[in-house]
Amino acid sequence: MELLLAAIDNLLRWDVLVALLIGSIGGVLIGAIPGVGAAVAIAILLPATFSLEPLVGLTLLLGIYGSSMYGGSIPAILINTPGTAVNALTTYDGYPMTQRNEARRALSLAYSASFMGGVFSVICLMLLSPLLALIAPHFGSREIFLAALLGIILVVLAHRGKVFAAGMLVCFGIFLNNIGLEPMRYTKRYTFEQSWLASGVDLIVVILGLFALSQAFLLLVKKDERPEAARVSGGIFQGLKELWLYKRVATVASSFGVVMGMIPGVGEFTAQFMSYTYAQKTSKTPEQFGKGSPEGLVSSEAANNAVPAAAMIPLLALGIPGEALTAMMLSVFYVHNVIPGPQLFQNQMDFVMALYIALLLLNVMVLIFLLFSTNMILKVIRIPTRFLGVVILTLSFVGVYSLRNSMTDCIIAAVFGVFGLILKRLDLPTVPIILGMVLGNIMEVKLRSSMPRVKTPLDFIDRPIAAILFGIILIVIFMHIRSVVKEYRSTKQDEV
Amino acid sequence: MSQIKTMQQLFKRERRSGDLIFALLFLAFAIFLLANIGNQTQWVKGTKLVSQPSFWPAISLAGMTLFGILHLIGSILSPRIYGRLKEIGFWLRSLEYVSWFLAYVWLVPIIGYLLATLIFMPLLVFRAGYREKRLLLLSMIIGLTIVVVFKSFLSVKIPGGMIYEYLPDAMRSFMLINF
Repeated sequence: MELLLAAIDNLLRWDVLVALLIGSIGGVLIGAIPGVGAAVAIAILLPATFSLEPLVGLTLLLGIYGSSMYGGSIPAILINTPGTAVNALTTYDGYPMTQRNEARRALSLAYSASFMGGVFSVICLMLLSPLLALIAPHFGSREIFLAALLGIILVVLAHRGKVFAAGMLVCFGIFLNNIGLEPMRYTKRYTFEQSWLASGVDLIVVILGLFALSQAFLLLVKKDERPEAARVSGGIFQGLKELWLYKRVATVASSFGVVMGMIPGVGEFTAQFMSYTYAQKTSKTPEQFGKGSPEGLVSSEAANNAVPAAAMIPLLALGIPGEALTAMMLSVFYVHNVIPGPQLFQNQMDFVMALYIALLLLNVMVLIFLLFSTNMILKVIRIPTRFLGVVILTLSFVGVYSLRNSMTDCIIAAVFGVFGLILKRLDLPTVPIILGMVLGNIMEVKLRSSMPRVKTPLDFIDRPIAAILFGIILIVIFMHIRSVVKEYRSTKQDEV
Repeated sequence: MSQIKTMQQLFKRERRSGDLIFALLFLAFAIFLLANIGNQTQWVKGTKLVSQPSFWPAISLAGMTLFGILHLIGSILSPRIYGRLKEIGFWLRSLEYVSWFLAYVWLVPIIGYLLATLIFMPLLVFRAGYREKRLLLLSMIIGLTIVVVFKSFLSVKIPGGMIYEYLPDAMRSFMLINF
């Protein structure tokens, strides 16, 4: 109780509440614009938050992260274009409902399911906290190294059909982290005698290039589009009642979101896929899925909104980000010398609890905002795409240049912008690069610090958590190989 | 023959035009970096393997090369999609906007953040094909808002323009702090 009061005390400050309000409303608007998304917005805002207090900066970014998926469902339902990539599954059932003149019902259900997913996830996070506080201190260097390694493996394997590309890009990320002065002996690595490479490649510069600048270039080079969405008439409160009819689907989907969100590298897509499949298999009307099924819509939206809060678990408890957005947030922690990990749970639990409550408040704020302002948001969706590209390009400047006032940083960011554009055009993932950079750094530091106590390779896994993590790594690799072989055999059989 | 077919089935995947060029360039880059590991990293005597400065570059570059080869094989064995040159043209067209961006970066320390943004945004909006006065004006308003929010309110570190030196004292310090 004391902890809760301390957390509320932390939150009840005008700057934190304003950051939460701006983050949550801004996140909805950003999510609603196809082609922007939370990653672009967070990348741009990241350097600006460095001058804010940690709780204020993180609340702002969390607000955007947690609310963008709410906004992303609007264009997915109304114009068959997902606002953010994770709303893609929402188009399957949301848009057919719009075609049946049920846009109001679809939006209302999507908001309610998202709210359910978001709140469910935060409650799980709060309930899990004492357990996490108990387990987290048992994570030493070896365990954190193995957890980061597991994260890298999962990131690669989660990109089904693009595993090789994800593998080479994650390794590229690890390599980027190696450029510059090596942290122990200060020897140069891959600087090619260039002074500007001696300080290494900054993570924020790469993030801004890969996410913000690449998107700006892509929008500017592509043909201009002016999305049109019809107005939605009538109140949209009915979904709150209707959700009760689909409470089982919503609860299971939210649970999938929580579990998948906690596992590094897995995230929204797997959670959505699993909950959608579950909902279809257990539905009385499975034939309606993909043709405007409310259950399909609920399962997709509840699952993806449960992920953000759950994704904070590995970040806060172990300091290991599971996906790009939490990797970006990690840099905010580092800038303010707040080191996420076991110590945070032991020494600053009120700070952690304040973040949880902020997430809870965020969901309430967003729902209220959405119930009254959907038609206003439709105006934002109509912004022409090339115009949007100009705005993103201008905003990206703030992010890159304000870091060190360096023209070199801007050139590097522009190079990564073009690289990101190529990856997007080829449908190859950009996230492995960022996770490679962040997790590669963690692995290097933790492997080194764990070695003095390791005499033989088996010593590395002689502690229970390390052994469990190692076992999980082996199982994950084995399962992947098995599924590839199975898939290969079934394709062969089909051909026969 | 059946061996080749088996391999093809294992590596076949969906790909986009330009994928082969990208796979080739990426692999060449990885091999170039790997070939330079001897002169770009150091081997420290009496230090454990995992603590060697070259350990992680070696791991990452070996991974880049290995996965790069596998990706290239996949690219070669997958059905070809035509339009490679057109796609490369698309990539190259982005360079125009890179130069717009770098010109903007170059201009800011000279003419100041506010003026540079108020010139850059409508010009680029015009270049992007919009001719309506409403959109050009809107771009200027957005530009002004961006400057006020980030520089005046959030005080992000963007230096004042060189031309501010020619302003009267009171005006100069106001512009340096806010714009």
